[in-house]
Amino acid sequence: MAKYLLLKHYRGAPASVNDVPMEQWTPDEVSAHVQYMRDFAARLEGTGEFVDSQALSPEGTFVRYDGEGRPPVTDGPFAETKDLIAGWMVIDVETHERALELAGELSAAPGAGGKPIHEWLEVRPFYGVPSTITE
Amino acid sequence: MDEALLRALTPTVIGILVRRGADFAAAEDAVQDALVEAVRVWPDDPPRDPKAWLVTVAWRKFLDAARSDTSRQHREVRVDDEPVPGPSVAVDDTLQLYFLCAHPSLTPASAVALTLRAVGGLTTKQIAQAYLVPEATMAQRISRAKRTVSGVRFNQPGDVATVLRVLYLVFNEGYSGDVDLAGEAIRLTRQLAAKTNHEEVAGLLALMLLHHARRPARTRPDGRLVPLAEQDRSLWNTRLIAEGVDVLQAALTRDRLGEFQAQAAIAALHADARTAEETDWVQIVEWYDELVRLTDSPVARLNRAVAVGEADGPRAGLAALAGLDPALPRHTAVAAYLHERDGDPVTAARLYAEAARSAPNLPERDHLTRQAARLNAQLRS
Repeated sequence: MAKYLLLKHYRGAPASVNDVPMEQWTPDEVSAHVQYMRDFAARLEGTGEFVDSQALSPEGTFVRYDGEGRPPVTDGPFAETKDLIAGWMVIDVETHERALELAGELSAAPGAGGKPIHEWLEVRPFYGVPSTITE
Repeated sequence: MDEALLRALTPTVIGILVRRGADFAAAEDAVQDALVEAVRVWPDDPPRDPKAWLVTVAWRKFLDAARSDTSRQHREVRVDDEPVPGPSVAVDDTLQLYFLCAHPSLTPASAVALTLRAVGGLTTKQIAQAYLVPEATMAQRISRAKRTVSGVRFNQPGDVATVLRVLYLVFNEGYSGDVDLAGEAIRLTRQLAAKTNHEEVAGLLALMLLHHARRPARTRPDGRLVPLAEQDRSLWNTRLIAEGVDVLQAALTRDRLGEFQAQAAIAALHADARTAEETDWVQIVEWYDELVRLTDSPVARLNRAVAVGEADGPRAGLAALAGLDPALPRHTAVAAYLHERDGDPVTAARLYAEAARSAPNLPERDHLTRQAARLNAQLRS
């Protein structure tokens, strides 16, 4: 098995097909979207492939070391960041193809009009463990 | 509490429940529940007869579950039942369990999880920790695996090769988490070797012992990988090496060579060299030839190229590498190594950096990055 991160960006990726901002959906459409995510995670737990899922608040502060004995430099939050990470799901699957298949399904979460939003998800493999037998 | 004893008894107790009429899935669940209770109760109140205790508690758990399935009103169960002696076991239940848990209808990860639980006696929580997934996910993986094999008759003979692949997987990914999976794989393979007279089981056991012997030398305390040639060989476990060599020699005399015996023979030749320079690379190449003949595996060919590079020089190694698919894992790292040996640090540094970018794990990535950095520093000075 190999672990993959399915990364959800708010910006940075090309615009998705059904690109209506969430606050302009109907309340039922928002609920349907949230329910889809929940069902998806529950189904993956059932298949033994679910590891973790988290959503991030859009707030964020950049922090930088500023030398010995000085407080760290902070900056932001910025009105527009180029690439805002909205959340992620971690899965543990048998193959890379399976990771792509699941990302495709997650991207089909319903949005405005109850239609799939076709949002872009980035699929990133985790590093594995070193194997014992090397020669 | 004797956790080793608890684990060793697990397959036997499952076998007894199955013989009393429980189906495998229900028996396995009941024994798992009994294990969890044993972990809780035994430290303060150790049983006089651990096996009888497990059989009694597991059987009660089984009846509990069966009753609650049929009627919710019959959930009350007496808790002071006398231990029921198990029937004498004619066929080896443990061996049957190995076959069932490695059944070809299971995915490798499911077979691994089921084997660790039903044969190894690990709890779902321990298995989940070892593979860094939530306990609920691992529980589902195991119950799906049990559903998959639910139609398989318990007394069907299986193919030992599928069992060996599962045990190999457990061993080869064995150094993560709190549970010593490599040690567990060795225990399960040792137990299997005691129950079968199969030369490849012996071959795999020897292979595991010989690699496990190097464990103290493989990594530095900070987690850094130490390549074989640079390992402090005084840290190798000579007792494990001696045992591995004995097991291998006994297997080889039967003259039925297989891939695990060939791999173990290569490991034994490394173990036999007091220094890296004393390694008998010519013989190692011969064993790789056998391994390639037996498996036709591209990974074996890649490792053979390394051995050829040591036996006949880096040019010969590069020639052996030339015919292989560059997309093979570690192909670039091997090419980097051979180019450095061939006196081309510029190419080697570039290839090490490239190999680092496609490394399958962090310690290897860091190791390859350091190799590139070392050569680049040399080139600058």
